[in-house]
Amino acid sequence: MPPVIRHLGDRGLLVELGTGIDPAVNRRVQQLQRRLARENPIGVVETVPAYSSLLVIYDPLQAAPELLKRRITALCRFDAAPPPENHEVHAIPVVYGGEDGPDLETVAAFHGLTGEDVIRLHSGRVYRVYMIGFTPGYPYMGELPEALDTPRRDTPRTRIPKGSVAIAQRQTGIYPVVSPGGWQIIGRTPVELFDARREAPSLLAMGHQVRFIPVSAEEADQWTG
Amino acid sequence: MDRVDLLEIIAPGILASVQDTGRRGYGPIGVAPSGAADGYACRLGNLLVGNLEDAAVVEITLMGFEARFRYEAVVALTGADLGAGLNGDPLPMWTAVKVAPGDILSFQTPVCGCRAYLAVGGGFSVPAVMGSRSTNTGAAFGGHDGRALRAGDILAGRRPEAHRHCAGRAIPAALQPVYTTAWTLRVIPGPQADQFTPASHARFYEAVYAVSEKSDRTGVRLEGPVLDKRPEAPDSILSEGIISGAIQVPGDGQPIILLNETVTGGYRKIAAVIAADLPLLGQLAPGDTVRFQETNISEAVALLRQVEAAVDWVRARYAD
Repeated sequence: MPPVIRHLGDRGLLVELGTGIDPAVNRRVQQLQRRLARENPIGVVETVPAYSSLLVIYDPLQAAPELLKRRITALCRFDAAPPPENHEVHAIPVVYGGEDGPDLETVAAFHGLTGEDVIRLHSGRVYRVYMIGFTPGYPYMGELPEALDTPRRDTPRTRIPKGSVAIAQRQTGIYPVVSPGGWQIIGRTPVELFDARREAPSLLAMGHQVRFIPVSAEEADQWTG
Repeated sequence: MDRVDLLEIIAPGILASVQDTGRRGYGPIGVAPSGAADGYACRLGNLLVGNLEDAAVVEITLMGFEARFRYEAVVALTGADLGAGLNGDPLPMWTAVKVAPGDILSFQTPVCGCRAYLAVGGGFSVPAVMGSRSTNTGAAFGGHDGRALRAGDILAGRRPEAHRHCAGRAIPAALQPVYTTAWTLRVIPGPQADQFTPASHARFYEAVYAVSEKSDRTGVRLEGPVLDKRPEAPDSILSEGIISGAIQVPGDGQPIILLNETVTGGYRKIAAVIAADLPLLGQLAPGDTVRFQETNISEAVALLRQVEAAVDWVRARYAD
């Protein structure tokens, strides 16, 4: 199926490869990003992958959008099965509840569960990193068990501490730097998700796998990764 | 040593930070470009003092900035007319000027525009982080210690010898942007334009919006007629990549024009400002008004060519 390509101003093409939070679509996004990087068409400045779309930012003085669209469409001929992925699973320690996860009990009450149930459900599966966005290194991960599908807070917080582990709808994420945000905070990790001085500033990347490990506050303090 | 203490911040005013033309290529890990909100003023300021266009400058916002030069330098102030003075005398804008140790740069009353740029021969010496000297205040890296400037900060620079000959250079009036308080921005319909009601489209292109006090380097927040989604459109969209100039409309129906500090977003975009008009976004001040005018890509490219031709002219005129 050819992609839907929409204009974002005179220097962006938004390539939609499907809809919804779907690992197969997300892998196509990643595949297209790699193919574009390999072809490196003149005038393409940067690409930004997301759940089901790839934003191609271009210099309109170097690339004609209609030609670029045709080139992108040609790169979207995918085989039946996307290439296999073999990413290591990142183990992310989390101190759940209490001051570290002020919304844990609210989330539990919302679903008629106990805090322990929420911890067990959240740490009980491996998540895919669908995209990094919002702030440097912020991973959008899914899918959360249906039993934890929780709306965002009515009033976003203005200051969420670094390392906060949060959920919203069927997604889970980690705030790598202090920022405002509206997700439900259920825990905190001591792991540094983003450090501009590292050679790879972001610990996580699209396509990576993450498992949360419940730990005590003392264990978190001693965590060295 | 080539490095000297150049500028001492006496007062940062509303907001002052070190910026350049931005950080490219880190969108996939959530790092926005940052950079001067008015890229045109930043680039021309640098060319005036004999720098490459992407050297580090100080971005000054509206009022209250004051600084003392600690070493001889050639400087140029571009962008908004914020009532700049040197030792109390009016400082000519868009002109390379020689300053001496002890000279004081201060500002009286903003005349028009929102941000001025101080370029200095040799550029401000802050370390490049991920390929840029721009400040990313959200994640606290780049620029001067990853933060906005404070009273007492001292910015280093280069010794001035190689730039002395630049003093006296000026940008011709015809190439200086015309700033106003009633702006018209040219836009191209956005990727979710079809998710808004026809009445909202009409309002968007006819209305006069006011720039909100809540605007900042993240976005220009507008107040005016509410823009509604079609009833059948979903409540929200999945997060997707974003560029500066994108005009997103959150649930309250009040448009926000995004600047350079955002890389993804989950709100519908009704339109996007064309590249040629992006520098103006850095000059929209609270209380100003904005109208939107629809254009198409070929016209937008022609307008961008004019902007780049102006920069080319200055570059060629002052090539060393």
